[in-house]
Amino acid sequence: MNAPAYNFAYLDEQTKRMIRRAILKAIAIPGYQVPFASREMPMPYGWGTGGVQVTAAILGPSDVLKVIDQGSDDTTNAISIRKFFAKTAGVETTTSTADATVIQTRHRIPEAPLHAGQVLVYQVPIPEPLRFLEPRETETRRMHALGEYGLMHVKLYEDIARFGHIATSYAYPVKVNARYVMDPSPTPKFDNPKMDNCPALQLFGAGREKRIYAIPPYTRVVSLDFEDHPFTRYRFDAPCALCAADDSYLDEIITDDQGSRMFVCSDTDYCEGRQAQGHRGTESAAPHKEGAHG
Amino acid sequence: MAEVDNDRPLLVADGLSKNYGRLTACRDVSFALYPGEVLAVVGESGSGKTTLLQLLSAQMAPSAGTVSYRMRDGVLRDLAALGEAERRFLFRTDWGYVHQDPALGLRMAVSAGANVGERLMAVGWNNYGHIRSTASSWLERVEIDIGRIDDAPRTYSGGMRQRLQIARNLVTQPRLVFMDEPTGGLDVSVQARLLDLMRNLVSELHLAAIVVTHDLAVARLLSHRVMVMKGGRVIETGLTDQVLDDPREPYTQLLVSSILPA
Repeated sequence: MNAPAYNFAYLDEQTKRMIRRAILKAIAIPGYQVPFASREMPMPYGWGTGGVQVTAAILGPSDVLKVIDQGSDDTTNAISIRKFFAKTAGVETTTSTADATVIQTRHRIPEAPLHAGQVLVYQVPIPEPLRFLEPRETETRRMHALGEYGLMHVKLYEDIARFGHIATSYAYPVKVNARYVMDPSPTPKFDNPKMDNCPALQLFGAGREKRIYAIPPYTRVVSLDFEDHPFTRYRFDAPCALCAADDSYLDEIITDDQGSRMFVCSDTDYCEGRQAQGHRGTESAAPHKEGAHG
Repeated sequence: MAEVDNDRPLLVADGLSKNYGRLTACRDVSFALYPGEVLAVVGESGSGKTTLLQLLSAQMAPSAGTVSYRMRDGVLRDLAALGEAERRFLFRTDWGYVHQDPALGLRMAVSAGANVGERLMAVGWNNYGHIRSTASSWLERVEIDIGRIDDAPRTYSGGMRQRLQIARNLVTQPRLVFMDEPTGGLDVSVQARLLDLMRNLVSELHLAAIVVTHDLAVARLLSHRVMVMKGGRVIETGLTDQVLDDPREPYTQLLVSSILPA
């Protein structure tokens, strides 16, 4: 009567097998884009169809899943994907970075350090870092194969020529394991250093473009730059308005039409964790007031 | 060392032929090109000039025959035996290729400075200041206003685009440049200026060049030697002045006599 309508984690076993093979190949060749037969998923392209397929392929019954969207656990995309797997796989879900075994992310790496045994799954819109300079797929593949990456520096050169500094602030190209140049999906470049020598496995899935690539644990990941214009991280120069953190990546939130704004941690789990430890920012509501409305 | 190398050919073509099915575009072409020498290939449309250029620059495999090139280490090597990576590296460093249509040889949406700098970055230059100063000095050499270094070539005039293409090709100090109708599509005064510039650069840099053209004036101004092609065959070859002033073959006589009087 209550026969499950779907296979475990939605995808059929043959599809998962195909995706796992692509993932294994991707891990074996760090940074290389492995083509795979991406399936139609019950969500539109651009909502994480690549990431969802990778997650579905690696998820086991004992996994604990966390899903974030721009660092946040409670936006539409994050909630719907979390519910999707709670329903189709019945896995435990969490918002805590430390407790999760699989973290699917759209464009952020959590602030809390990842540990060995965790898997970070990225949703990728455009996997090819050279795409906007070289539209031909045949040519970009050849450039990857022969390691011809002069063109990637052309983009950085253009930034400096126009803005005086490397103005690329997200999807900042990296070189993985001293071989392949890779687009780390549109994560802010603030997160780039976290990819380097990371104890967790990082998997990237692009559903529309049908590519999977990976960074195995403890792999060297270097952000491209020039000698005289080295790579720099970027964050708003302010503490978080809710938890006073001065080391986390911040979102700018417009609060009225008079130009007022506040900066808050983009990683909600990190911010809530700090507030629970008693950290207070300038905009925090006093605990008893919140209670009075409750 | 350089003295010795001047006496040995830089590029050797031996019995080059190319068939497209039953059509023979190019048959049994053999010649040697020496360092610093400019060779013009002239002939009417469809005579196999462009096919020959593509064979020589290893963009196409010949049906028969070989092309050998003397690498910077002094060894003459068969281009067909090189790996793709080596061939592409050669194309980006030791060779230049000037297309008739600058849009094919340039990245139209990227600034002029980056267009010139791309080849440098491709061979591992990693210092923005150095790349930019080298790019500026090259723009100066090809008479492009430095103030336009950050403009994309799609905002340039036809003559400027062609000069930019030349700068982009010469920045890695190649020893051999292939040119496919470099002045085609330009008006006469711009052509004259471009030819003048190319002639100076070629002699200054001691470049060897193979120039494909249907314009005998270009051949006369730039080249030391001329090869006349018709129906895929080389029908006459010799010193430029000799061939153009005293053509032996009837077809060459026709070509020379069909120049419009100025």
